[in-house]
Amino acid sequence: MKFTVQVNEGPYQHQASDTAYHFTKAALEKGHEIFRVFFYHDGVNNGTRLTTPPQDDRNITQRWSELAEKHNLDMVVCIAAAQRRGLLDEDEAKRQGKDANNIAEGFRISGLGQLIEAGIESDRLVTFGG
Amino acid sequence: MAKRFMYMNTKAPYGTVYALESLEVVLIGAAFEQDVSLAFIGDGVYQLLKGQDTQGIGMKNFSPTYAALGDYDVNKIYVEKESLEERGLSLDDLQHLVWEDEDEDWAEKDSIRLVSRSELADVIDDQDVVLSF
Repeated sequence: MKFTVQVNEGPYQHQASDTAYHFTKAALEKGHEIFRVFFYHDGVNNGTRLTTPPQDDRNITQRWSELAEKHNLDMVVCIAAAQRRGLLDEDEAKRQGKDANNIAEGFRISGLGQLIEAGIESDRLVTFGG
Repeated sequence: MAKRFMYMNTKAPYGTVYALESLEVVLIGAAFEQDVSLAFIGDGVYQLLKGQDTQGIGMKNFSPTYAALGDYDVNKIYVEKESLEERGLSLDDLQHLVWEDEDEDWAEKDSIRLVSRSELADVIDDQDVVLSF
């Protein structure tokens, strides 16, 4: 089956991101296709590479990045939600005149159209949190 | 073939950002020419209240945007009857949302459909994609 996963909550504050990660990983291991993982609302905060959790805890952002690399996942962070919350890639930082960017490996910033398209193209859109 | 998209609004408008960011998805999604419905349940019904004034909380009043949805061909707006009643509200407390029917010489029609909890459950059952905010 072709899934899209929507993550609506930030890391650590809320279990939604953990559950979405485990769902995505399990679906891939069962041979399903993940069309896209879309990060919205505070979910965009899963995509900051500046995340530095204590060493004895899971690194949620890094875990997503590794999963993306292993399975060639398309992980999209909503641009409007990201700009409000200070999440930028290199191009956006330049365009907005900011002195830094913070997006993690494997994430890309794009528009809400990517969520709608994913809903159209996937057999199931599964949302976590919100 | 168009899919049936439902945007489910469950939260009051300013306490959290969900209502505003739901509206942003609806507006972008309108360009994709899918079969779109909105539902307002629980505290989500407060999003449609008329006469909203956000001056005291220093936040942008985005409620006028709901009146523009008809122009985006978003004209199926389900409001759950029980949710209104539980909050001491009626249709008269909500904005009068309308759309113009191209097939009937642009006749103005109501967008809001007042439905019971069980009727809404059937509507949700018919959807292909449900996005909950």
